[in-house]
Amino acid sequence: MVTLDKIQPGDGGIIDTIGGEGPLRRRLLDMGLTPNTRVMVRKIAPMGDPIELFLRGYVLTLRKEDAAKITLKEVNKQ
Amino acid sequence: MNYLLALAGNQNCGKTTLFNALTGSNQHVGNFPGVTVEKKEGRIKWYKEATIVDLPGIYSLSPYTAEEVVTRDFILQEKPALIINIVDATNIERNLYLTLQLMELETPMVMALNMMDEVRASGNSIDIDLLSEHLGMPIVPISASKGEGISELVNIVKKTVEKGQSEVNFDFCFGEVHKAIHAIAHIIEDQAHELGCSWRFAATKLVEGEISMMDALKMSESQRHIVEHIIKNMEETLHTDREAALADMRYSYIEHICNECVHKQQETREQVRSEHWDRLLTHKYLGIPVFLTIMMVIFWLTFDLIGAPLQDLLGAGIDQLVAQLAVVLEKADVSPWLQALLIDGVCAGVGSVLSFLPVIVLLFFFLSILEDSGYMARVTFVMDKLLRKIGLSGKSFAPMLMGFGCSVPAIMASRTLSSERDQKMTIILTPFMSCSAKLPIYGMITMAFFEQTSALVMISIYILGIIVAILSGLLMKNTIFKGDSIPFVMELPAYRLPSAKSVLLHMWEKAKDFLRKAFTVIFFATVLIWFLQNFNWSFDMVEDSTESMLASIGSFLAPLFAPLGFNDWRAATALITGLTAKEAVVSTLSVLTAASSDLQLSNALHTIFTPLSAFSFLIFTVLYMPCMAAFAATRKEMGSTKQAILAAAYQTLVAYLVAMLIYQVGRLLFGA
Repeated sequence: MVTLDKIQPGDGGIIDTIGGEGPLRRRLLDMGLTPNTRVMVRKIAPMGDPIELFLRGYVLTLRKEDAAKITLKEVNKQ
Repeated sequence: MNYLLALAGNQNCGKTTLFNALTGSNQHVGNFPGVTVEKKEGRIKWYKEATIVDLPGIYSLSPYTAEEVVTRDFILQEKPALIINIVDATNIERNLYLTLQLMELETPMVMALNMMDEVRASGNSIDIDLLSEHLGMPIVPISASKGEGISELVNIVKKTVEKGQSEVNFDFCFGEVHKAIHAIAHIIEDQAHELGCSWRFAATKLVEGEISMMDALKMSESQRHIVEHIIKNMEETLHTDREAALADMRYSYIEHICNECVHKQQETREQVRSEHWDRLLTHKYLGIPVFLTIMMVIFWLTFDLIGAPLQDLLGAGIDQLVAQLAVVLEKADVSPWLQALLIDGVCAGVGSVLSFLPVIVLLFFFLSILEDSGYMARVTFVMDKLLRKIGLSGKSFAPMLMGFGCSVPAIMASRTLSSERDQKMTIILTPFMSCSAKLPIYGMITMAFFEQTSALVMISIYILGIIVAILSGLLMKNTIFKGDSIPFVMELPAYRLPSAKSVLLHMWEKAKDFLRKAFTVIFFATVLIWFLQNFNWSFDMVEDSTESMLASIGSFLAPLFAPLGFNDWRAATALITGLTAKEAVVSTLSVLTAASSDLQLSNALHTIFTPLSAFSFLIFTVLYMPCMAAFAATRKEMGSTKQAILAAAYQTLVAYLVAMLIYQVGRLLFGA
């Protein structure tokens, strides 16, 4: 199972499940990280964290530990 | 007839720009009751009967953040006649997510579809009529920053408010979630009616699993049981949980209507441009140096190039006024003590604080540009990892950095932090960043004691402040501010040119805020200190301030500082007057030592301090509670006098302990 934090910048995939719980999980869902959404990792911050994502036509950033709760079912290389 | 309207929308969608365009400068800023969430309201320029409230920028109506709860409560309890939902057309999918949730509240709605100019310019289009039909509400394309479509928006709003709206379309649930919502709606319809909230909203919240909604509806045990059963069934059929099911349903519906109405061939020019700029601004190696350079330029402009002349000009102006006033008072034969009160107490005190106004206004000018242009979000992105170590997020970085300039705007800037916990921590830690008003103190002490090593002493002072802030952060993270901060899931908006109107209004707002403080809290504090400094205990005015009440308070407190190495009433007195403004430490010490030149002051200081105790004094001045202006800002932003006092007490205690530690260790190492 590939999680979103392991994806290299430039690569992307399709979301399978959103883990975690409470406010964090709800926030991820609210921001559009729902199952079957296509997402791309655009960049990693200079200090190695957080990461920059592109989904639903906009740019979102989240921390790696949170991205680790998102699994992908299909990974596309650049 | 007066109508109450609400303006709701995501962050970064131009909401403030639209609000400013609708109300002009005719707006009032306050807080929502009980929370430190900012509430702006104003009258619409072309529709005087309507008061519009700018609700916080949110992405959802989940029950987790103060902003979301405030928005929901406002709409449910104040029952606005209409919601203007502003939507960023370049980012329509995610923006419509909030729209669907607002629709469930069954309040008449009009959508302002912002940034349509950008959509058109990049060759994309949105079928507005079709979208309007799908959502069952009027939609007005606008460009808030260019002022396009605003009058049409007001006209439509007026018409909708006065004529009412046909039912908004609820037809966006389907499948299993649809079944569950309607099954639950049957059970609780009457109770929802009694509560005065829409059955649709109540049922949806129950599906989402909000216990508070069950309580609000006064549901019986058996009802709760049935509802849980319905949801269990839904979850089993869908192979997913309730929260994901609902989010998925909403986004699926949005995708469905966007497929029909939104024709997007390519990213907008602004989005492409942002990607280009980010190659430099969030670059792996260059991102941080570029940011530090930008901040250095801002500081240089604020404190040197523009700020210093303005400050001098204002200072000269105030001096001129005071001199005139002195002449008038003299002529009018006003009693000497009243003259002294007005001239030396009120004017000198408030004047010295007022001279900070240019610096504060300028810092906010640059800060709003950074904020509105979208760059601040990048700073947050770049700096997050560093601040996470002390339990904060990247969002606290800018306010803390501003603390090196002046704590007052830094503390005021903490308002942009979305979590109350992060905001409070930032407010407490910011004063440890050595502010520019303390520079004269460093100058005085290094000149007298550390002429050879002044640079080293200065740097060590700054670093010490940062270390203390880090340790305090770690301490607070593990004690009073335990628990997680708000999830760091943040949008990086496209870079846009900030609107001059918004920047100026923001500046004006902060200037007003500061002036209000200068004439209330700071006014009383300076008058009090003046009184203590000029009168003795039998309330007679004293010629020599060594006989004043302040001097005897200083003498009383002085022994407290013996473990820090300076058991001297003059040092203690200077620390008290330093509370009005930090540079007052220098002037007080010169007055009390009767020094008329820097050299005399240096010599006099040698009778008060040893080099080691001078260093310990320096450390104490860096860390102890900030000036009254910063205290007043803390009180306002924390929304509590008690907490502001606790924060000041903490800072002073830390200053005491650190200075004592350094003095005592130094004594062991170097001898007395």
